[in-house]
Amino acid sequence: MAGSSSPFVNKTFGVTIEKLNKSFDDTPVLKDVSLAVSPGEIFVIMGPSGSGKSVLLRHIAGLEVPTSGRLRIGDFDPADPATRERVRLALVFQAGALFNSLTVYDNLALYPREHRFGSETQIRDRVMRTLQILSLEKAAVQYPAELSGGMKKRVAIARALVMEPQLLLYDEPTSELDPVMSATIIEIIAALREQTAVTTIVVSHDRELAMSIADRMAIIMDGRICAIGGVADFTRPADPAIANFLNPTIDLKHPRFKQLENDHE
Amino acid sequence: MKQLNAIFESIGSTVMLAVNSARYLKTLPRQFPRIIEQCYMIGYTTLPIVTILCFFIGSVLALESGYSMQNFGAKQFIGTLVGMSMVRELGPLMVSILLAGRVGSAITAELASMKVYQEVDALVTMDIPPERILVMPRLVAVQFMMPVLTTIGNLCGWFGGALVCKYTGFISVEPDAYFATLKRFMEAKDVWDGLIKSEVFGFAVILVCCQIGLNTRGGPREIGAAVTKAVVVSLILILVLNYFVTKILVA
Repeated sequence: MAGSSSPFVNKTFGVTIEKLNKSFDDTPVLKDVSLAVSPGEIFVIMGPSGSGKSVLLRHIAGLEVPTSGRLRIGDFDPADPATRERVRLALVFQAGALFNSLTVYDNLALYPREHRFGSETQIRDRVMRTLQILSLEKAAVQYPAELSGGMKKRVAIARALVMEPQLLLYDEPTSELDPVMSATIIEIIAALREQTAVTTIVVSHDRELAMSIADRMAIIMDGRICAIGGVADFTRPADPAIANFLNPTIDLKHPRFKQLENDHE
Repeated sequence: MKQLNAIFESIGSTVMLAVNSARYLKTLPRQFPRIIEQCYMIGYTTLPIVTILCFFIGSVLALESGYSMQNFGAKQFIGTLVGMSMVRELGPLMVSILLAGRVGSAITAELASMKVYQEVDALVTMDIPPERILVMPRLVAVQFMMPVLTTIGNLCGWFGGALVCKYTGFISVEPDAYFATLKRFMEAKDVWDGLIKSEVFGFAVILVCCQIGLNTRGGPREIGAAVTKAVVVSLILILVLNYFVTKILVA
């Protein structure tokens, strides 16, 4: 676990979720979700597409209100707008969610400007230092539309980092990236936690990411948490569904392929 | 019943958007660059189309009224008719309709795509209320620009009417006579009433377009649907408000 002698974070928060339920138009998406993330740890939530992991992350970010159950960041309710004044929370969105009308520099400078973090010179120093950490100095004057997928992800991480967050959330940080860029992003996530000791929650279906950086992880399937534990607990999972999700096998002799073959003929 | 609920929900959400935006008026000095940017978007980019449209509205008004009024020898009052119609009714109405089509649709498209592509969510997580930087500057800017656009539109309509009166054979009213009758029956109250109308319509159009944009869910198809909805709702709102505001002003 990283130490607390952080250059950025003076306090980080744990997250507690108890019996959280969420339904959209009578369709249950999250069912009795309970978990606890300790301050300073990297917690990875894995699950197949549509299992509800991004919705869970949006609840932690205060972007959704639960149908029932309890969710706390430290002692604060994320659904309460006042919490955002007490907890600096940053969410790295799956598609980046960069402001398309602003340059990379202005994307990063927006938060310190709006929250009056010093003079324009101080903000400039802070933004350029963050861009430097992620090797993005040359992209400062570019617009998001001019960036590659990997650069967008790095800018999104830089924008989160410039907030000096006390809780850092990532939604599918390695999706749509090539293996080399995925590895870079994984290294960045791990390095940021080491440097800042910030509590980090990552939602992903990237097994490599989970196995390489998680302190603990959870598997969510069909809106329910199926398993929580350390990385070692998931190397040979007993549950066949979890085992199949983490180590899928490609069976070209499966009946569905036979059906396709017949249809084609 | 479900649709009725949705309508009341939209009205409530629009009122709350106005109230929440008003809460950030105290940050006005910090939003000054954004207000200037919006003044440019609302005012400068709409000006050419306002000029052309109002010029021809005034022209056709003079033409039609000249054609009708020549039958009972009232041609000399064309100036009054064109002037009053432009100032009290057509000026504010046409500028607001143009605002809905030209600026309102662009605002809805921008905010809807920001919502759909999670830029609005990103603002919320950064503790930057969307009302503060996306809505309030637009509402303030429209309050500055509507009187300017309406006044320019009125002037263009008057000059359009004057030109038609001078150069149309069966009307042949000189500009001096046209403007003399225009001035004789017009009071400051008429001008103020028109400007009040334009302020009310402008505020309503921008507020509704922001509300629809910020409440868009889905994908690109929903962005298109939101723009259509915003323009249609704005046009209906302008015409409904026109009746009630006029009733209050003439009472």
